[in-house]
Amino acid sequence: MVAFVHVIVQGVLLGGLYALFAGGLSLIFGVMRLVNIAHGDLIVVAAYFAYFTMQALGVGPFTSLLFVVPASALLGYALQRSLLNFALGDELPPLLVTFGLSVIIQNVLLILFTHDNRRLYAGPIEMASWKFTPDLAVGVLPVIQFVVALAIIGGLQLLFYRTKLGRAFRATSDDPAIAQLMGIENRHIFALAMALSLSVVAVAGVFIAIRTTFNPFYGPQLLIFGFEAVIMGGLGSLWGTLAGGVLLGLAQALGGQINVGLPFTAGHVVFLLLLIVRPQGLFPKVST
Amino acid sequence: MSAGERTALAHAPVVHASLSSRIGMTFWTVLVATLIAVPYWGDRQMMRLLTEVYSFVALASLWNFLAGYAGLVSVGQQSFVGLGGYTLYLCALWAGLNPMVGLPLAGVLGGLVAVPIVLLLLNLRGAYFTIGSWVVAEVFLQIFQLVPAVGGGSGISLPATVVQSVARSRGARESLIYWVFLALAVAVIGVIVLLLRTRYGLALQAIRDNETAAKANGIDVNRTRMIVFVVSGAATAMIGSFVFLQKLSITPFSAFSINDWTVNMIFITVIGGIGRVEGPIVGTVVFFVLREFLADLASTYLIILGVVAIAVMLKAPKGIWGYVADRFGWQLFPLSRRLVRPPAKDRADRAVRVPTPAA
Repeated sequence: MVAFVHVIVQGVLLGGLYALFAGGLSLIFGVMRLVNIAHGDLIVVAAYFAYFTMQALGVGPFTSLLFVVPASALLGYALQRSLLNFALGDELPPLLVTFGLSVIIQNVLLILFTHDNRRLYAGPIEMASWKFTPDLAVGVLPVIQFVVALAIIGGLQLLFYRTKLGRAFRATSDDPAIAQLMGIENRHIFALAMALSLSVVAVAGVFIAIRTTFNPFYGPQLLIFGFEAVIMGGLGSLWGTLAGGVLLGLAQALGGQINVGLPFTAGHVVFLLLLIVRPQGLFPKVST
Repeated sequence: MSAGERTALAHAPVVHASLSSRIGMTFWTVLVATLIAVPYWGDRQMMRLLTEVYSFVALASLWNFLAGYAGLVSVGQQSFVGLGGYTLYLCALWAGLNPMVGLPLAGVLGGLVAVPIVLLLLNLRGAYFTIGSWVVAEVFLQIFQLVPAVGGGSGISLPATVVQSVARSRGARESLIYWVFLALAVAVIGVIVLLLRTRYGLALQAIRDNETAAKANGIDVNRTRMIVFVVSGAATAMIGSFVFLQKLSITPFSAFSINDWTVNMIFITVIGGIGRVEGPIVGTVVFFVLREFLADLASTYLIILGVVAIAVMLKAPKGIWGYVADRFGWQLFPLSRRLVRPPAKDRADRAVRVPTPAA
């Protein structure tokens, strides 16, 4: 029974991380209808960036965020202005351009950093845990990870509905042409959205790279996790995305309990089942 | 236009061929005839290369059929390549079936498996369909890794006896496999051209141009998409089965690899010209020419292909062939639709026969 509770807690905490992947993905889909196939690869880029920042400066992964987050934001802004803005509009170009980008990023990373698995070491905090009962202990790191995820999603929610920038995001999302007439510079707004999306996933990338090893081809898996969380949560709702992430984390944790080789399959199967039962997701905001 | 004339046009025959398509068809006929004869004069290496060319022409054409015509941008076609490969292997190992029997069985299985997949994925719109198809391929990859009966993670090797059962001598075997690949490529393109000429083809073009308008005109969009997905899944599995017959071993990672299969299908189609039957053929030629020059480094090659594909998508979204075709009005397959007015006398007859509706 305690073991079961332990698995549940692990799953929920992991889900926060998936919600962060998903949050970045649904943010840019919401603002510019862009599904970024290279999303996962950009997470991996952030992880590599953290890895080398830590080596160069001799700092821990959390301190490295001070550099990784602004760098990711800058990369996102530049990527959007120089490339992705030109692909928007139709359905096909953004999909195929980001697909090409994904293949390019993976192979550039492979040439630069080889196929070696790497990991970010966070020091003693990795092993620290809180004991609730003699049998039940919860790791400090997963809790931090989950709290950070909650804070970021809450922050995004505030930004979207309480700030001027958020209003510009929503206006461009509703009708880009009219938003432009109202004096909003769409290309700039899109680039800001991409910068925001990549800053969010930079945080998530550092956390996942502390949890597991990564290599140049780890991106697609992360993209799929984020995507599953988005769809399961219901399009367009940030808190729904959190629920989707938690559900995915739970499914993986329980699947891993049944068979060591099973966690990801279990996550995919739960996703596909939910797609049959409730294609609109758990908490859809926009009716499709 | 008078009502009578309108009725006459409604009865007018639709003509698919044009001057350029007649020239094109002559060209294809001569080309295919030459290629059929290759085993009689070409060497082993050339046949090997051409076999690979045929498999990519066929695979890319099928992806183009999905993405360029039905708007189903799948990145999970490796599901079907892998399933086809495993079907041929398991039929040979478990039931002792000849690979020539395994080939059509792979097609049947591919088509059957495609039905539930497409029913599931059609719940997802647009770009989300794309990633959904990837999830399905991942599930196949993981299941085949987990099940020891199909070799688990280390996969299966094909016993020499199975390969020999195709044809006794090595020469005869290689020729036969060569012809099967050629036949598959020709059949895939032929079936696509024929399907595009039916009313489903017209429906596909309507969906591609404007999905909402197509629905409003009574087209069952999901049904049309389902047909395309199932046909394409069946054919992809057949090609996959023979691709792995040549490789002599199969693992879940080689079978369900997105990089080995779908990435190439997409780059070939995008560069050659998406949404045109000629596109993947042109794209495959470019793909192999580039590979001959850059074969040394797989990752450099993929980076260059990716850059070229992105450039094409942004600068000339219809690809190389789309650019050429728009510029010169070429169409190498009889796929255009022109209404031919019957001669004047005939038209007058019809106008008399068909009563003009009262205004």
